[in-house]
Amino acid sequence: MITFKLNGQQRTFDGDPDTPLLWVLRDFEKLTGTKYGCGIAQCGACTVHLDGTTRRSCITPTSTVEGSEVITIEGIDGKEAEAVRKAWIAIDVPQCGYCQSGQIMSAVSLLQLTPKPTNEDIDGAMAGNICRCATYHRIRQAIHDAADTMEG
Amino acid sequence: MTFNAVKTTRRSFLAGAGLVIGFTLAPKVFSASAMEGVPAGGDKGLSQINAFIKIGPDDTVTVLSKHIEFGQGPFTGLATIVAEELDADWSQMRAVHSPADDKGYANLAFGLQGTGGSTSIANSYEQLRNAGATARAMLIAAAAAEWSVPASEITVEKGRIKHAGSGKESGFGALADKAATQTPPTTPKLKDPKDFALIGQELPKLDTVGKTDGTAVFTLDITADGMLYAVVAHPEHFGATVKSVDDAAARKIAGVVDIKAIPQGVAVYADNTYAALKGRDALAIEWDLSKAETRSSDELTADFAKMVGTKGHEAANTGDVDKAFTGKDVQTLEAEFVFPFLAHAPMEPLDAVFIKAADGSVDVYNGAQFPGMDKKVAAQVLGLDADKVRVNTQLAGGSFGRKAQFGSPYIAEAAAVFAATDGNRPMKHMWTREDDIRGGFYRPMYVHKMRGAIDAGGNIVGWDQTIVGQSIMGKAELDETSVEGASNLPYVIPNLRVISHNVSLAVPPLWWRSVGHTHTGFAVETFVDELLQKVGKDPVEGRLALLTKEPRHTGTLKKVAEMADWGSAVPEGRQRGVAVVKSFGTYVAQIAEVSIGDDGAPRVHRVWCAVDCGVAINPNVIKAQMEGGIGYGVGAILFDAVTLGQGGKIVQSNFHDYRSLRINEMPAVEVAIIQSREAPSGVGEPGVPPAGPAIANAWRRLNQSPVRRLPMVNVGSV
Repeated sequence: MITFKLNGQQRTFDGDPDTPLLWVLRDFEKLTGTKYGCGIAQCGACTVHLDGTTRRSCITPTSTVEGSEVITIEGIDGKEAEAVRKAWIAIDVPQCGYCQSGQIMSAVSLLQLTPKPTNEDIDGAMAGNICRCATYHRIRQAIHDAADTMEG
Repeated sequence: MTFNAVKTTRRSFLAGAGLVIGFTLAPKVFSASAMEGVPAGGDKGLSQINAFIKIGPDDTVTVLSKHIEFGQGPFTGLATIVAEELDADWSQMRAVHSPADDKGYANLAFGLQGTGGSTSIANSYEQLRNAGATARAMLIAAAAAEWSVPASEITVEKGRIKHAGSGKESGFGALADKAATQTPPTTPKLKDPKDFALIGQELPKLDTVGKTDGTAVFTLDITADGMLYAVVAHPEHFGATVKSVDDAAARKIAGVVDIKAIPQGVAVYADNTYAALKGRDALAIEWDLSKAETRSSDELTADFAKMVGTKGHEAANTGDVDKAFTGKDVQTLEAEFVFPFLAHAPMEPLDAVFIKAADGSVDVYNGAQFPGMDKKVAAQVLGLDADKVRVNTQLAGGSFGRKAQFGSPYIAEAAAVFAATDGNRPMKHMWTREDDIRGGFYRPMYVHKMRGAIDAGGNIVGWDQTIVGQSIMGKAELDETSVEGASNLPYVIPNLRVISHNVSLAVPPLWWRSVGHTHTGFAVETFVDELLQKVGKDPVEGRLALLTKEPRHTGTLKKVAEMADWGSAVPEGRQRGVAVVKSFGTYVAQIAEVSIGDDGAPRVHRVWCAVDCGVAINPNVIKAQMEGGIGYGVGAILFDAVTLGQGGKIVQSNFHDYRSLRINEMPAVEVAIIQSREAPSGVGEPGVPPAGPAIANAWRRLNQSPVRRLPMVNVGSV
């Protein structure tokens, strides 16, 4: 039995402890905002926050999150999350939208650590998140916009 | 945690309204409703004014999109067209996918329901203007009857219906039921485009909010009580079939429910995704390679090249090409281009959910690009009449052509997986990324052999192009999609010949974002650039001089040159390249600024882009499609190839060796839209074709080395 905190609530999982966190979130917790894209930590669609930092849930065995705090796109809040969502909506970042949960989780984490990121900071923090629609141009802009609103 | 699925029979009735509204208003939801699939056609409780428009008591106007929304913006674009003629306010507009119907919801460019060829706006423009104007007339007729005033005195503005004389006023909702019973006008009056209030505005997209908080529902997100999760073990060679299976180890894995051989491979059913994947990994399968493609990509290239010079299909032949090459003082240039197989690799791999209702009918939920085809094929495989299958098109995590397939082979597989069960449990079938990269239906490999002739005056007088590769349309005769962009070369060259050879392979081909232009655009635009360089002509001026019959090519080319200040000093260590390609009725010119990166690979800094797509319905969406098309094109040209290794085994498997462009590789992009009164044309694909050749042309100027073989960067070892 694995116990962890998920979006502020205590949860347990008693299935195969090797099950990647991604599938526990999606198949058992029905939190489907976190996406499958590659299964090998190459695309970032499955990004969640684990004890405050980004984690690719597709390669994270659920056994390793015992006692940890997991935040998903459904549960992320705070000023960075609010600023990121507003900025994303203001310039219509998403196209197909499938990767955007992961993009937003990475962007929120970046702003939590670096409130005023440079383009290089953004490239460094976001390079693990693939967007096949290539919305990168607007992701970069939206992160700058979010940083500006947090400052103001 | 409990999850109560709505019973299938009630699902389509109940789930619509909440989801439709939730989709755009998007409250933060943890509840089960967010995981339901979205039934096609929207809420049945709304008043249906016509095939494309439903109006709710809350004044919302729901547009039924016959086209799938997978990021290219039809929900927003089609709703804009309706709202314009309806005189609705943008805030009341919603969009959902229409039901599958090859007649009522046919793509007027195809004759069956389908999304592709960048046709969504182009084929819907007049149809939805008429639908909107008809609905407006019916609302006015309803108001006239309700208020006993002449219809001619009623006005509609921003969603409010008014009669000035009596002071009566209403929203759409209160009159919707009555409007639905009015006789539609035979020829509704359309607006003069100069009076457009919404078309041409940068309206916020309807599908953005739900895509920022995890509430947007994709096929992979659908769950139902007791659902089975299924994956299929596929061969690693094209054309291979199952010889024998040892599933003993797989069956011992907790959560694995069953294992069945199906025509496409071996299906593993489980209680959750991980158990299904683990079960698949534990299978020991012997494959029969007797009918498989066992040649490597290198061997295929050599075999393709041998066909050049043999008799092919003549796609163009004007003037006297042979004579042009043997004229006095003629200089010639020859080149051979090799294009690899390309996987589409949409972020959401192929998937589908099948749920059987109590009456034996079946709901299919999938990212249906050809919904009517998917419906027919699913019914056939399941042994049902087509009217017993409902295809509910879901938002899809990209496609780029992957989900538009004649004969719907993916749905045939998913249906076969479902048909092999007793059908009593709902089933989700998914492909992994490995299945996707290795699943075929690629942009085919092509070899182009080019010859150009330049006369003593420095004029390009001869163009001789041979294209060898698979026919995407499966034709034995000339396939226009193999030669589009080449056989109708925009440049005025007096002696032009384009020959096409079809080859037959066990690797299934498919269109890939911009179809034939993916390779013809590259070959034509890099080769003309080389010819111009050979005679010392400027790439922009030289092209303009050859585009005497093409004002819209000329317009975009001049615009992009102005944007980039073409001819001005370029930063140290960088070069610029230009390309202009018309595809799907839309003209796009691009200039790329490139340097040699630290790793020796091209570094694309900036791309300027001018697009002429006729009337710009939503400039914001058009710009987004150009930005995304450029990124998709840059990624493919730099990194992407699916290769067959020795013995024909597929080499690549996932994003580590089938590279996608990443944010640190994305150039800055600037887009300008040419003002136009021409009928609108598509934007989903046309941003792609010029990106590659613009980069390659800059690259050739940087290091004097023309790009003949793609991708430009060798990813991993082959």
